[in-house]
Amino acid sequence: MLYREAGQFKTSYTADQAIFPIRQDRVALLIFGLVAVFAVPALSSNYFLETIFVPFLVFALAAIGLNILTGYCGQLSLGTGGFMACGAFFSYKLATAFPDLHIVAVFLLGGLGTAAVGVLFGLPSLRIKGFYLAVATLAAQFFLVWMFNKFPWWTNYSPSGVISAPPRDILPGFAVTGSGGDPAVKYLFLLVLVAVLALVAKNLVRSRIGRSWMAIRDMDIAAEIIGIRPLWAKLSAFAVSSFFIGIAGALWAFVYTGSVEALAFQIDRSFQVLFMVIIGGMGSILGSFLGAAFIVLLPILLSNAPAVLGLQIRVEMISHLEFMIFGGLIIFFLIVEPHGLARLWQIGKEKLRLWPFPY
Amino acid sequence: MKLKSLGLAALAAAILAGPVTVPQAHAQEQFVPLLVYRTGPYAPNGIPIADGFNDYMQLVNTRDGGINGVKYAWEECETQYNNDRGVECYERLKANGPTGASVVNPYSTGITYALIERATNDKVPVLSMGYGRADASDGTVFPYVFTMPITYWAGADVMVQYAAKESGGSLQGKKVALVYHDSAYGKEPIATLERLAKEEGFSLSLYPVPHPGLEQKATWLQIGRQLRPDWVFMWGWGVMNSTAIKEAAAVGFPMEKFIGVWWSGAEADVIPAGDAAKGYKSLNITGVGTAAPIFRDIEKMYADGNGAADKANIGTVLYNRALVNAFYYTEAIRIAQAEFGVKPLTGEQIQWGMDRLDITQDMVDKAGMAGLMSPVKITCADHEGGGSAVVQQWDGSKWTAITDFIAPRRDALRPAYEASAAQYAAEKGLTPRSCS
Repeated sequence: MLYREAGQFKTSYTADQAIFPIRQDRVALLIFGLVAVFAVPALSSNYFLETIFVPFLVFALAAIGLNILTGYCGQLSLGTGGFMACGAFFSYKLATAFPDLHIVAVFLLGGLGTAAVGVLFGLPSLRIKGFYLAVATLAAQFFLVWMFNKFPWWTNYSPSGVISAPPRDILPGFAVTGSGGDPAVKYLFLLVLVAVLALVAKNLVRSRIGRSWMAIRDMDIAAEIIGIRPLWAKLSAFAVSSFFIGIAGALWAFVYTGSVEALAFQIDRSFQVLFMVIIGGMGSILGSFLGAAFIVLLPILLSNAPAVLGLQIRVEMISHLEFMIFGGLIIFFLIVEPHGLARLWQIGKEKLRLWPFPY
Repeated sequence: MKLKSLGLAALAAAILAGPVTVPQAHAQEQFVPLLVYRTGPYAPNGIPIADGFNDYMQLVNTRDGGINGVKYAWEECETQYNNDRGVECYERLKANGPTGASVVNPYSTGITYALIERATNDKVPVLSMGYGRADASDGTVFPYVFTMPITYWAGADVMVQYAAKESGGSLQGKKVALVYHDSAYGKEPIATLERLAKEEGFSLSLYPVPHPGLEQKATWLQIGRQLRPDWVFMWGWGVMNSTAIKEAAAVGFPMEKFIGVWWSGAEADVIPAGDAAKGYKSLNITGVGTAAPIFRDIEKMYADGNGAADKANIGTVLYNRALVNAFYYTEAIRIAQAEFGVKPLTGEQIQWGMDRLDITQDMVDKAGMAGLMSPVKITCADHEGGGSAVVQQWDGSKWTAITDFIAPRRDALRPAYEASAAQYAAEKGLTPRSCS
């Protein structure tokens, strides 16, 4: 009923190739966008904006980055934390060395720097794949965190090795980095940035280059035979993926926490993003958002639930319950749909389109 | 099928709408958010800390009827010693109670770093008692951060003083090794120790231990077989401490020459190492044991059924530290009440009180805390307050203080705080407040 498409004809190639070919989807997206831009900042408290939506958007961007590499190009990577650290520290050095550089330029340059590092660590992917490549990217993870921890130049010789984001404005008077900024401004800035980058990612994976990644993922020898250059395809996937992850790392340090040390980007961070991709759905941009929501929001909601329900439970019990329920839900969703939440949504949507006569 | 989905929908609606009865705080209450870690890898340290806070505030409420009648209200939030969770907890609790958070005690150097700016913006004092940023002792740049009674840099100075005294008055020509957690926390003392090495003529070797610190065999082989230092100092945390003690014993390093900082000297750090830990020393910023008169009051509170903690934790190192911590801010609230009136105060008003906190030996004795703490005097510019540290030793079953409170030599430390704070202010574009 909701998804009755009768009468929606496509009369041009552009219409046929739209990201959202069904009108109901476009309307839903528009409503969703309006809610996100107007209703969320107006209705939610600073607590929700600062500690729930901001990290969710940052992690969604990191998950998109990893999804490009792992989900679309099939190159398993455990170096996400290291690449996030790259983005954070590159941006920090840029922002402090060139105080007049606009903050968006800082983030983009930080992302480009990370892309270069990603290409460097992507070189082994030309020779090895699967678990062996995961081990090679693991080296990136440990090396990069070690490097930022070891050499005080990266932290401007801070005695403790902690960097703290300098305050910068997106437009004069609207600070987005450091802790001084208005949470609503930070949220809107992130929302726009992540939406634009997600659109870029979506279009990239629909283009020739994205198709070459998927060809490599599905069968690299066949891809090579039909004329796709593995060197170019794999390294470009590493570059684009690291670019996204680097920006996510910079946003994490600058917009979310405001101060960060290299240890914040340890191996746990890599696993966290990898789980988002696996639970959200490999090879799906929507899945990156769903996965980030699942991993970031659910634990916070679970730990808040007893207070909202008016139950008096000791904090250690809440925390144990949170782990148990969270772990149970991961297993539940993976059993119900091994291809992730995005696939679950896709199946649901297919059923809705055929409703009331699903087969 | 239809019934099932209806039922599910009803259940979902019930959960969403649900009883939204958030416990209402009384109007006459002073709210304190407690960021605790009762679970996770550092729970053995986090539980006594959280219990100490609970018990002191409960004691103030039940024994004295609150601070001049204004009772404490508090809520715990579990951080699992995780920085992101710490920020989330702070944001969740900061607006609770009639006047918002009074003071925040993160008990984690990482969370402290993440909260300094946020709390300063929200005008909530951060009391980082013996952790966090040492240069935050400069109250002109960090008006809302307090580091009393002593910082890591000052702690390094106390360690060197003690080692020099034990080595016959001088460390000239001696070898000192620093084993440290390779993080913001562990790196804090390095600059101070390097300066003292130059001044006092000892050689300093650095041994970073990667987090979490379970793998230290190579480190200790190098220390015990190759370097053979006269003293080993340690900036360790959690499982790293007991591992270091075991490895030190395995290479035959004498425990009497091994001194940990105050986060490497709780019961949970030495008991797992067993007999190997006998003779191990550490600094402490509070006294040990249950000899102080306040413990009689706490016993009575437990006898009346008002205590919530595991009684075995009472009198442990970290429990006592939390008691002293809660005592600090209670006294600051008293001072602020004298200025702003007896009512729940805002963080800004409590900061005013903390800026003027002057705890004399007389007050310590009167509060029944004799031997638990050294006097401190906070001023607008000096947020460290001139506190001291003791050296304590583990005898296999309990910690015993083996020195009096040793005062660090702050003449040289103060310019270092100011230089580092000035760099921070320049980077952030802050104008230090005037304290004259």
